[in-house]
Amino acid sequence: MTETVLSVNHISKSFGGIHAVRDVSFEVSRGEVLGLIGPNGSGKSTLFNCVLGQLRPDKGDVHINGHRVANMRASHLNKLGVGRTFQQLSVFPQMSVLDNIILAGQEHHGTMASRLFGPSDAGLTEEADRMIAFFRLEHLRDEMAGSLSYGQQKLVDAAMAFMAGPSLVLLDEPAGGVNLTMLANLKERLETYNREHDTTFVVIEHNMEFVMSLCTRIIVLAEGAIIAEGTPEEIRSNQQVIDAYLGG
Amino acid sequence: MSEFIQLLISGLSAGSIYALAAVGFTLLWQASQTINFAQGEFVMVPAFFVLALSVKLGLPIWLAMPLTVILSVLLLGALFKKLIVEPMHKHGTIPLVIATIALGLLIKEMVKEFYSPLGQPFPSLFPQTVLTVGDAVISVPDIANFVIAMGTIVALQLFLGRTRTGRSMQATAQNPDVAQILGVDIQRMVMYTFLINGALAAIASILITPIYLAKFSNGETLGLVAFIAAIVGGFNQIRGALVGGLLIGVIDNMSATYFSAEYRQALPMILLIVIILVRPQGLLGTSEGRTV
Amino acid sequence: MSRKHILFAAIALLLLIFVPMGQKNYIIYVLTSWLMFSIAAMGLNLTLGYAGQISLAQASFMGIGAYITALVTLAGYHWVLGWIAAMGATFVIGLLLGYPALRVQHHFLAFVTLAFNTLVFLVLRNEEWLTGGSHGLVGMPRPDFFGISTGKNLEFYYFVLVLFVISALVFSWIVHSPWGRAFKALRENPVRAESLGVDTRRITLLAFAIGSAFGGGAGAIMTPLVQFIEPGSFGLIHSLKILLMVVVGGAGFYYGPMLGAAVVILLPELLRFTEGYYLMIYAAMVIVLMVYSPGGLIGLGHKIMARVRPKKEVRKDMAKGAQL
Repeated sequence: MTETVLSVNHISKSFGGIHAVRDVSFEVSRGEVLGLIGPNGSGKSTLFNCVLGQLRPDKGDVHINGHRVANMRASHLNKLGVGRTFQQLSVFPQMSVLDNIILAGQEHHGTMASRLFGPSDAGLTEEADRMIAFFRLEHLRDEMAGSLSYGQQKLVDAAMAFMAGPSLVLLDEPAGGVNLTMLANLKERLETYNREHDTTFVVIEHNMEFVMSLCTRIIVLAEGAIIAEGTPEEIRSNQQVIDAYLGG
Repeated sequence: MSEFIQLLISGLSAGSIYALAAVGFTLLWQASQTINFAQGEFVMVPAFFVLALSVKLGLPIWLAMPLTVILSVLLLGALFKKLIVEPMHKHGTIPLVIATIALGLLIKEMVKEFYSPLGQPFPSLFPQTVLTVGDAVISVPDIANFVIAMGTIVALQLFLGRTRTGRSMQATAQNPDVAQILGVDIQRMVMYTFLINGALAAIASILITPIYLAKFSNGETLGLVAFIAAIVGGFNQIRGALVGGLLIGVIDNMSATYFSAEYRQALPMILLIVIILVRPQGLLGTSEGRTV
Repeated sequence: MSRKHILFAAIALLLLIFVPMGQKNYIIYVLTSWLMFSIAAMGLNLTLGYAGQISLAQASFMGIGAYITALVTLAGYHWVLGWIAAMGATFVIGLLLGYPALRVQHHFLAFVTLAFNTLVFLVLRNEEWLTGGSHGLVGMPRPDFFGISTGKNLEFYYFVLVLFVISALVFSWIVHSPWGRAFKALRENPVRAESLGVDTRRITLLAFAIGSAFGGGAGAIMTPLVQFIEPGSFGLIHSLKILLMVVVGGAGFYYGPMLGAAVVILLPELLRFTEGYYLMIYAAMVIVLMVYSPGGLIGLGHKIMARVRPKKEVRKDMAKGAQL
């Protein structure tokens, strides 16, 4: 039996008269790396926001680790074990890399009181250093995050998403704007993390090469509905997908 | 009963003037995310333009008033935007809020130092007579103020809804990116908003000052009332600011008689706190905060 | 905390101990009131500079603290009780006031606190049975500690200096705790902070409430300092003054409010020749400062330093270039 981490049940969402997402259902089990792809305007972002609990679907529901998420505050979702990255750079530029990463873990440690009266690193320096070492950022540990290169900031962003030990990580266009060397590094680190911790990933991405090589399963959306689902090989040879991309 | 009607009418009259200030405040917010903490001073100072032009320069009042509107449009509209709002926009909301707070202080101190720290009598546009309807006594200036203020707001609504420029302004306020794609000159539309705010402030000033005296500190209450009206009605629309303004005007007038003269000023603030607790989007507002 | 930081603090503290010795009463009074306003401004710095919310009621929190302390000490209890009650009450009021305002965006806290400041003023003026109305309260004693009197001005200065140091240490401790990290994260990128589990609403509320309690603490000092309190000392203009202290010094910088308070308190002395124009010059200065340096004087200092010593920047740029 595989354990279901994320289940999306028959969700639909429309804005005005436009059906952004229609009757989409899928499940993701522990350790899977699911890719969500589709042409622009296919409803990816709407679906993503429903999963994040930021949008309430008109119909259907989303469960993460057995909890229903709808109009849930991001901090609450995070406490349920959901980490995420952002399309745009999302580090805290005037804080050191170490502080960025400690911040990402501290709200999961102790109580409000212990975070005021306890040690200033919330006892997380060692763990943060391990995370920094994992992403090979040791030489940048004490630099301001804002002074790092774009690709390095993407790595910090990813490290933050993992710091709280999430069971599900949502990666929003992780490859966007990252150069090839850095991209290979990022992909390798994500794969290693997935293997070591059995963490579930859901990836939204435009870069086909990246999705095809990272994901174990891919869902293709077009005009708000799932038109194909399968392994990267199956998707690559699916006529409907080719049509949707070339025609859309 | 007749007392109630009199209070209602004078409340609506004052409220419609508050609404002018609140509408301007809302427009600035919509068009450029400017929270103008100097709005009260913007309504206080045009009265002193009138006084300076008529009393100090000896111009006739019929000339001084339109000149004041023009001056307000230029100084409180164009200059305010060019000199303060524009260069600060890149820094985000807080520095701009602080700058408008400082601007309010600056205007107030300038009036106090350069004109007078004392309240000045201000000419009324209308005869100080009353109409007797049944046993209710209604003041003519109240009616005239109400008609002019409401007329201004209706004209503004028509301008925004019916003209090409007005619609472009609304598009800019709602979604600047889309407006730009549609070929709207966004900076110009934002500038128009500031000019309109200057004019609204001048009209409100000319209407409200005869009720009190022209005094440098008038802006404190006027500003607070304008903010509260805008928030109570619904921060994101003109109709809301109108309803908020009228409501505050009526409550303010009624409370002095039926509640407590000492705490008259407190009532709008209690209303503000209640609204924020119960209905933060305002009476007519629709919930924002969707776009996280 | 770096060694440089501690050295600077130590030198500053030595100066604060030795400078007032042998000075005239008036100068000692000005210095004491600077320390007091620094505490209030420090609190507002937490709200504004760290949590990014505007409060326009810091003077009314001082007022609440001052009146509570006055009532407690006039009733014959020790000042310390008044001080604790003042900080506790202002903390709770901060929570109650901030809770509704911080549920919504758009800087509603600014409006709510603006309204609150006026409300407090009205209550202080109208409830004569409690507050003495517009005549205020007089004759509050200066406290004794284990037989040590603070009655003379220099003694009282040292008493306030001790409170100032305690406040500065508490502030430093808060901003260096995980809470402080959360405050900074909130200011720099609230959306990201929220997605990392920071309950931004709660942490903002706490920042505001703690900031308000610093205001209450400063008010508790005002009562024995001036020994006469009246509603006019806590009007909106005074809240604006405290806000300007934070902004002029540099919101979000540790020493910002202290520098800002010094400027706001000393400037009228320096600009005495301008007579009534001082507030005008001051307001104009703030506008110019906001245009050129939203980080206040300390921010401006950093900018100038960065221009004078461009070395470090160049190195970082090169490092960036090499990695791209």
